[in-house]
Amino acid sequence: MSDATMDIAGPTLPKIDQQKLAPSPGYWKSVGQRLLRDPVTIAVTCIILTILFITIGAPLVTSADPFQGSVLMRLKPIGTPGHGLGTDETGRDLWTRLCYGGRLSLLAGVLPVTFALAIGGSLGVLAGYAGGLVGTLIMRVMDVFYAFPSILLAIAICGMLGNGLTNSILALSIVFIPPLVRVSETVTTQARQLDFVEAARASGTTTFQVIRHHVLANVLGPILVYATSLISVSIILSAGLSFLGLGVTPPTPEWGLMLNSLRQAIYVQPYVAALPGLMIFITSMSFNLMSDGFRSAMDVRLNK
Amino acid sequence: MPEGINVKPILGEPVLKAEDLTVRFKRRNTDVAAVNGVSFALRAGETMTILGESGSGKSVSLKALMGLLPPYAQIQGKVWLNGRDMLTMPKAELGKLRGGAISMIFQEPMAALDPVYTIGEQISETIVQHEGISYTDAMKRALGLLEQVKIPSAERRLKNFPHEMSGGMRQRAMIALALACSPSVLLADEPTTALDVTVQIQILLLLRQLQEELGMAIVFVTHDVGAAAEISDRIAVMYAGRFVESGTVREIMKSPKHPYTQGLLSSTVHGGLRGRVLETIPGSPPNLAELPPGCAFAPRCRHVTDGCRSGIIPVITSDSGAMVRCVRATETVTA
Amino acid sequence: MSTTQTLDARDRGGPAQPLLTVDNLRKYFPVRGGMLNRQIATVQAVDDVSFSVRKGETLGIVGESGCGKSTTARLLMHLIKPDHGDIIFDGDAVGVESGITVNQMRRQMQMVFQDSYSSLNPRMTMTESIAYAPRMHGLSGKAALERAETLLSQVGLNPGHFARRYPHELSGGQRQRVNIARALALEPRLVILDEAVAALDKSVEAQVLNLLSELKSSFNLTYLFISHDLNVVEYMSDRVLVMYLGRVVETGPVEQIYRRPRHPYTRALFASKPTLDPDRRTTEMPLTGDPPNPINPPSGCRFRTRCAFAQAICAEQIPTLALPFEDVADTATPHLVACHRPEAQAAMGGAHHA
Repeated sequence: MSDATMDIAGPTLPKIDQQKLAPSPGYWKSVGQRLLRDPVTIAVTCIILTILFITIGAPLVTSADPFQGSVLMRLKPIGTPGHGLGTDETGRDLWTRLCYGGRLSLLAGVLPVTFALAIGGSLGVLAGYAGGLVGTLIMRVMDVFYAFPSILLAIAICGMLGNGLTNSILALSIVFIPPLVRVSETVTTQARQLDFVEAARASGTTTFQVIRHHVLANVLGPILVYATSLISVSIILSAGLSFLGLGVTPPTPEWGLMLNSLRQAIYVQPYVAALPGLMIFITSMSFNLMSDGFRSAMDVRLNK
Repeated sequence: MPEGINVKPILGEPVLKAEDLTVRFKRRNTDVAAVNGVSFALRAGETMTILGESGSGKSVSLKALMGLLPPYAQIQGKVWLNGRDMLTMPKAELGKLRGGAISMIFQEPMAALDPVYTIGEQISETIVQHEGISYTDAMKRALGLLEQVKIPSAERRLKNFPHEMSGGMRQRAMIALALACSPSVLLADEPTTALDVTVQIQILLLLRQLQEELGMAIVFVTHDVGAAAEISDRIAVMYAGRFVESGTVREIMKSPKHPYTQGLLSSTVHGGLRGRVLETIPGSPPNLAELPPGCAFAPRCRHVTDGCRSGIIPVITSDSGAMVRCVRATETVTA
Repeated sequence: MSTTQTLDARDRGGPAQPLLTVDNLRKYFPVRGGMLNRQIATVQAVDDVSFSVRKGETLGIVGESGCGKSTTARLLMHLIKPDHGDIIFDGDAVGVESGITVNQMRRQMQMVFQDSYSSLNPRMTMTESIAYAPRMHGLSGKAALERAETLLSQVGLNPGHFARRYPHELSGGQRQRVNIARALALEPRLVILDEAVAALDKSVEAQVLNLLSELKSSFNLTYLFISHDLNVVEYMSDRVLVMYLGRVVETGPVEQIYRRPRHPYTRALFASKPTLDPDRRTTEMPLTGDPPNPINPPSGCRFRTRCAFAQAICAEQIPTLALPFEDVADTATPHLVACHRPEAQAAMGGAHHA
């Protein structure tokens, strides 16, 4: 491209519209600033980080063995010396089991969503941008999945594949693909109609470049936020699968499975029995609130 | 074309009067001074246009008159409708006035019309609520109203839903709804802005004719100098929440005194300017959260003096009732 | 304004050859509905539209909503695929084997949209937006940024203040300047301005119109100026095209169209324009009712349902653009009217609409 026409003396315009503006912080920096002003999001993010730390760093926060039980120490209440959060039905330290159990629960929360995001997100963006026959085809296939309630679908797939952690993650990934496809298709359809996408097309940018620079940059935020909110659902569903005996098998520590095995002790030690459930609740709630916080922090227009 | 404007005698008590109306939007870390002391008096049969650009506070003033602002808006000043103070009135009483003695039409009729009821149902519902007459009588009045706003085959249109009508028809239906209880004041918020030019003139002519028949007062808010010239008796030019100039339509259109009004009129494009560089007002309107002291227009004004940037700007009122808020007003008014 | 062309290296056919010629452009949109999403009706958005744009001129397209003016712009840019019709850019047919590709045309033809906010990517700074297209076309990142900063100052925005800002930090007028700079970044020869000033306040609109005029002469641009605002079109254009329900009803030099409109629709349109003079207010409605639905428009002449002069022939035959009978052929810039009864117009006398 030649610069020939650029050298023609440009118009000498009066410098107008130049009232002083504060220096622009940049998009991600301004998102950060808005997050810092939101105490709820900061709090839940701290909770999630804490949970991550105590689960991944479980050996650092507890010295007990998650598998070592004791017939004498069965079902001790909260506050028992040496077992701050009590013990379970085979006398294993509950705090230790909660720490180790969180590893699988979080994994079962994050992995299916990640897989589903990769597959469902791409399919959704493709369906939204291409539209037409391709879009219709993808969306109608997804509608078939929508016909089944997600938990039933997960149970059915697990039942077909057999139990085990890998299969339950696989089953949940399949369950989460349709909602992610639908959300990404919707935001992409909206984004592709915006004038700046048309302007990019009008300047001869290739379809791939348009999707990468203009569509993805603007749909990734909302899709990620939605995916984060699915993590909590995934934790609960995988706990549910374990509870039904379709996920991990005993004696592996996992919150859903622990909740199941402590179920029989609900009248003996109701508070101890409730602890795994409480952990599931706190974790999924935190992920939900965090995604809400990010959603509002990432909305540029709210900050006017 | 014949003299299309009738110079009305300014007689009788004003039906709508505002004194020093101010509206502030105070929230966590913003304090927006949207309206900063607006005063006017409007008599029956009179049309006053509030002319201003976006962010001048013209729509906010109108919504304040109608009591339609969100709860965090702080409204001060006095507004009298037929001699009664509207701002201190209990909510229930205000509700009776709204849609009754004072009613409003909007830029987007779909916002004012309920999509799930027919036009006839909506109009008669309003009449029944305000006047307590029977539904059948109200429906008859609704038919009359649709004929009055010149909706063709009105009987059939009564049974139409808003989405079944074209843009111009919807606008007419909304006007009929606003006129349902023969208001003494009609507030019009940019009612012609979203319309095509051939439909816009129809609505302007309709409003003029309805006013002659019904004798109501109209407050017409617009950014469009052309629409203002077509419909107004008086024009008040609004900038940064204040009236900077007001006067009869002739005074404003033919001999504007305030530099902002002059700028606004000269930057309004018309064909006669072909080939010439348009006169513009440099810069853009001020941020209402950080208004400068003194005259808000000073940073963009070509006649700016030191006196403009500090203290109180004098308001000069001429014998005809025209008002200018400008330090140089004494010069320009006499000039 | 039209003959002060300096030589452009890309000029192929010389000044006599139109920069853009459009022949029988047509686009029908299907309206789908019902159980099986079948086509139940057709919107005849643009129907057999032909015109040409000369080098260095500004052609104004004016009409009401639904007349097809914005669809025409998108068809020209190939943002929507035309059903039918030829686009010829400086002698080269676009999108055919012997001519140039759509992308080659887009390098020389750019567009500014109405909505200044949605036409800028909210995640990109101003210079990133402007530099984007040149970079995609192979200019180095540094050179593209430099060009973006130059363009920013050429549209009246100080790069020091605005280069690294995001769209939501700017006012509407400032954003529209950026959009203009972005359109100029590929050094186009033709710029389509689709309602580019419609969303701006009047005082800002005047600033942007002045800017457009200056840019036109300093960059040797040709404009296709699309607007519903009759005053702005008269101010900006050399020639005007009046559209109604997807068809061209009248075209000619701006003075002739505005002084002596021949088509009944054009007359009514101009008569509807507010006079800006309180002593000469409009007293009679030039037209009643709204434009008809572009789904299943009237047969023959599409204006006949609102036309005072309509006759039987108007329902039967589609009128073609032709010289009104008494006009001597002024071949350079003919004033063409698509009406069966232009003599009825002449009989009305040349009432002037100032």
